[in-house]
Amino acid sequence: MSSARDEIFARIRRSLRRNAALEAPPVHRSQAPESNVRPRLENDPVECFVEKLHIAAGTVDRVTAISDVVQATADYLARHALEPRLVVAEHLLIKQLTWPAEWKIHTGPATGEDHIGVGAAFAGVAETGTLVMLSGADNPTTLNFLPDDHIVVVSALQIVAHLEDAWRLLRDSVATMPRTVNLITGPSRTADVEQTIQLGAHGPRRLHVILIED
Amino acid sequence: MQRSTSEFKHQAEVALQDVTLQRAMAKAKGGFVDKRRVAVARLPEFEQIRAEAKAIKEHTLAHLDYYLDQFERKVLESGGQVHWARTAEQACSAVLAIIGGSGKQVLKGKSMVSEEIGLNAAMERAGHTVVETDLGEYIIQLADEPPSHIIAPAVHKTRDQITALFHAEHEKYGLTELVTETEDIVNEARQVLRTKFLSSDVGITGANFLIAETGSTVIVTNEGNGDLTQILPRIHIVTASIEKVVPSLDDMTVLLRLLARSATGQEMSSYNTLSTGPRRADDQDGPEEFHVVIVDNGRSEMLGNEFHDMLRCIRCGACLNHCPVYSAIGGHAYGWVYPGPMGSVLTPLMIGLENARDLPNACTLNGRCGEVCPMSIPLPDMLRTLRFKEHERKLSNARARWALKAWGWLAQRPGLYQAVTGVMTAVLGRIGARAGRFRSLPLASGWTQVRDLPAPQGATFQRLWRKRQ
Amino acid sequence: MASAQDTRPPPSVGLFATCLIDLFRPNVGFAAVKLLEKAGCRVTVPRAQTCCGQPAYNNGDQQTTASIARQVIAAFESFDYVVAASGSCIGMIKEHYPRVLKNDSNWCDRAEQLAARCHELTAFLVDVMQMREVESSFAASVTYHDSCSGLRELGVKQQPRMLLSKVGGVTLKEMEDSEVCCGFGGTFCIKYPKISERMVSDKTANITATEADCILGGDMGCLLNIAGRLKRQGSLIKVYHVAEVLAAMTDQPAIGEGES
Repeated sequence: MSSARDEIFARIRRSLRRNAALEAPPVHRSQAPESNVRPRLENDPVECFVEKLHIAAGTVDRVTAISDVVQATADYLARHALEPRLVVAEHLLIKQLTWPAEWKIHTGPATGEDHIGVGAAFAGVAETGTLVMLSGADNPTTLNFLPDDHIVVVSALQIVAHLEDAWRLLRDSVATMPRTVNLITGPSRTADVEQTIQLGAHGPRRLHVILIED
Repeated sequence: MQRSTSEFKHQAEVALQDVTLQRAMAKAKGGFVDKRRVAVARLPEFEQIRAEAKAIKEHTLAHLDYYLDQFERKVLESGGQVHWARTAEQACSAVLAIIGGSGKQVLKGKSMVSEEIGLNAAMERAGHTVVETDLGEYIIQLADEPPSHIIAPAVHKTRDQITALFHAEHEKYGLTELVTETEDIVNEARQVLRTKFLSSDVGITGANFLIAETGSTVIVTNEGNGDLTQILPRIHIVTASIEKVVPSLDDMTVLLRLLARSATGQEMSSYNTLSTGPRRADDQDGPEEFHVVIVDNGRSEMLGNEFHDMLRCIRCGACLNHCPVYSAIGGHAYGWVYPGPMGSVLTPLMIGLENARDLPNACTLNGRCGEVCPMSIPLPDMLRTLRFKEHERKLSNARARWALKAWGWLAQRPGLYQAVTGVMTAVLGRIGARAGRFRSLPLASGWTQVRDLPAPQGATFQRLWRKRQ
Repeated sequence: MASAQDTRPPPSVGLFATCLIDLFRPNVGFAAVKLLEKAGCRVTVPRAQTCCGQPAYNNGDQQTTASIARQVIAAFESFDYVVAASGSCIGMIKEHYPRVLKNDSNWCDRAEQLAARCHELTAFLVDVMQMREVESSFAASVTYHDSCSGLRELGVKQQPRMLLSKVGGVTLKEMEDSEVCCGFGGTFCIKYPKISERMVSDKTANITATEADCILGGDMGCLLNIAGRLKRQGSLIKVYHVAEVLAAMTDQPAIGEGES
């Protein structure tokens, strides 16, 4: 296929009235840090995040300590009359938790049998109520999509104002991009039947965030 | 894909008579428009971001070779593979070579470029089973129809039609009950497709963006089907066209702020997913192979010519939603992959103006598409430019051309023009004075077949004015 | 408006009659003259005018368009302002002449200079001549159709409404989708009559739903299309150009109405 590549590049350069590749990288606005116009937040980032998540049909429990996550999960299960069978990420935050002994907990990727997934976000974006989820050994991507109920733990300290802030955080904390970065804003939905919004198309029917504010 | 662009006029007239289609279109109308209006009003920075987005795309296009090269290097560094395709045929061959063999079950997320290159047909000819996983795409796959909208492919289908399609198709899975409510329809599709997600060999998605900085491909979806399509099968193939590349994550962010708002009126779609290479050594899921097929299919020719601006398009569908012609006739009448204003520009460029002569003309140049386009693409101007080309190549109707020529000749001779029009209006004014209008008139049937022609008042303004002076 | 102390000569206005007003509705031309004179302008109607060239332009004939553009520029460039009771024709002169003539070194500057002095009638009265009062009355409820070119190329939206609000007896009932195209589109409506029919029918349905007595607009193309469709549907709703109402010149039968 290299000939197709050559032809495409030759055509592009001909259209751009240039014979060869650029000698130096082009000067681009985004090389200047913070150059993007950012939507002004109407509230403090954590409140904004919660508000926007609600608009996107997500739900939030605000707890004060990491140890409250188990109780918040139990409450969530009770609210929706769900059996305590969970697939949980082996994320640092979640590994600290002690689940009730009678709950059925497994780790690793989710399967078609899993109904509840518990994962941890890399960041929350206030601007849109978006969760930034990174794939990895401690956060299989299938957890985000196969279970009906997706529970995500995030700390208020991880809430950033804008998506650009999450990218900066990501560049600072990993050497290479994870295989998958999911920006998740609310549960799965479709409007393909007569433009009526229906939640739970192929992915989670519900998205629940446990927000730790210590 | 089958193409019937030269049948536009006939197809439009059939569509206008199609009661079911009209019912579906009436339900869709307004919804997109109102949601977009609210979303844009809630973002005071919209115009600034719009200008920024245009600048980003223009910068990228001006250095397209650089960013494509950078993107390719980053994909390779992350363990993925890149395949280049100049034509639709090359793109299909590349995908088939990656899939290999025959009889594979291939999942597909919604991808307009895959429609453009006719990928489904190519895969089926090679003996593979293709499963469209976006609900709208799944519905039209069952109906054996092309999409009628670039973001809502089944917008032309009513719920009753979907019920019937599901009933016929899902019986073989033991699902014999009629599902009529939206929730039940969605659940049944979820149930059927879930088994396909868990049992397929290959997943193919499109890409809304390619990020040069990281070598990531990005999909923007609401259902999560695209994600299941790309994380469950062993092989993930991305088909994307060359103009999808953007320099950085921050650049993509600017475009994301416009995309969902312009498309569905959401601030963000439910799932924006960046895929970079295959699964890593310690990953517990994800594809083992990651391939990006980069398609040109005529775009490198558009670069820098009078249709260059079209390469900024991010496929939000706002121009379709705001086009009164599209709303009246739906997407199928246009006869190829891309309908509405953006399609009426792109289609002639991709399949030849001589094969799509009606498309640039079937527009009132009312300007609404250009007004809402988040990428400030001057769609009406480009449609007019295509009309210039039709005129130059004498592709327009010969009789109309002669009539126009005669009128033009007269219009450049004011004295003669005024004498001729003075007589005409005097005659018509006298005949029409009593009724005030004509129900039919020789040579004006295009007008009078659907509306009366108001009669002239009598003398022309010029004549009356001279008399008054 | 000119005050008593103002000693400057009245601005000269070249009235671009527009072909449709010239042929179908001279009353609108006289209404425009009356309004402009009331606003303190000296109005001239150059003889060497026919049409703005849109039929050629929008059907792909650039050469004819350029010839007509040069003819219009030559006929109108001596005036302080060029005004027409049409957003469509002014949009053509203002937005498109400079593009049509951009490679013609003798004409491109002249096109630009004319473009800068071109105004749609209601926008000119309100924005340039600062007209704030209207001596007219019209005892009717009216709805207003925003013609596409005026609205999107020139930003004509509030000006006609502001002036109408000063007309005694008028109540404005806004219709749904007043900014959506009526399906005229120049030759579009005769090339694609069935699509145009659907569009104009949507428009007349929105007009009818307001229960207004009368539909007004600022462009003869749209008004002929809307009136023609309303009449075909047997509607009693009257159609006038907004200038006729503003100038108190509604004594003539409405557009598409006969002598009774």
